[in-house]
Amino acid sequence: MEQAAEHGHVLPYRTLVRVWLVLLFLTAILVIASTVYHEALSVWAMLTLTPLKAGLVFFYFMHLKYEKPFLKSMVLITIATLIIFIGLTFLDILQR
Amino acid sequence: MSRPASHSHAVHKDYQGAKLGMWIFLFTELLLFGGLFILYSTYRAIYPHDFHAGGQHLNAVIGIINTVVLLTSSLTVAVALSAIQKGSRRLTLQCLGATIVLGILFLANKYVEWSEEIRRGIYPNGPELEKLPNGGKIFYGLYYAMTGLHGLHVLAGVAVLAVMLAFVWKNRVTTTDYVKLENAGLYWHLVDVIWIFLLPMLYLAA
Repeated sequence: MEQAAEHGHVLPYRTLVRVWLVLLFLTAILVIASTVYHEALSVWAMLTLTPLKAGLVFFYFMHLKYEKPFLKSMVLITIATLIIFIGLTFLDILQR
Repeated sequence: MSRPASHSHAVHKDYQGAKLGMWIFLFTELLLFGGLFILYSTYRAIYPHDFHAGGQHLNAVIGIINTVVLLTSSLTVAVALSAIQKGSRRLTLQCLGATIVLGILFLANKYVEWSEEIRRGIYPNGPELEKLPNGGKIFYGLYYAMTGLHGLHVLAGVAVLAVMLAFVWKNRVTTTDYVKLENAGLYWHLVDVIWIFLLPMLYLAA
């Protein structure tokens, strides 16, 4: 029983294939949105679909969904740090 | 210094600790590429037109093909992990082999893409690059730096996965002790995540 507790979650092949199909689908939408001559639309598609794709890889392929809250919060802190840096940099640029 | 062979002195393994260590390494990778992302978006804000023109000249088709290649390689490495957990060693070996082939295919595409840019005269001190305004020079500088650093990570990932293939083959990675393969997979997925961001930034934002 101790072995089982120490080991990771096993994702079924079907789930992995589904996540892969969703990732391909989102990529297709992203590519189509970038060809549409509507700048706001393609920028929004990029800003929403790209993090969504990254999130799917983190949550399913990297098993983050099945990790302990401790590791999840560490990932969150790292990403938050990066976002804060990006935000502060842009505050600086936009004020010039 | 002989190692105890009896089962009562089993080698200490810390599954959670090994994985945590890998994640901490991945955080440093995220911040490394994150720094480049900040540099890119800052210069894009300063030179929007030059960056737009730069992106239009890149080969978006190769960029999209490479995205499909890397997403698929992420699937195969994830299946390899599930397979070893379920005890199907054969499928693990097949999936790892497929991942390595896809990684090499990615690099081959990158070689074709870079060769095309260099032939056009886009390289340090190259004739075409010299004609570009400052923003254009910065765009291509960041393009080579970001895809180059990412390409080195793909190369490292292929090497690590090849070692994992050998480990599975020699039964050093098994159905009860697979954390090495899991960590190699985490690294490979992160390389995929970085490419997920590079595709819209460099190839589609035109």
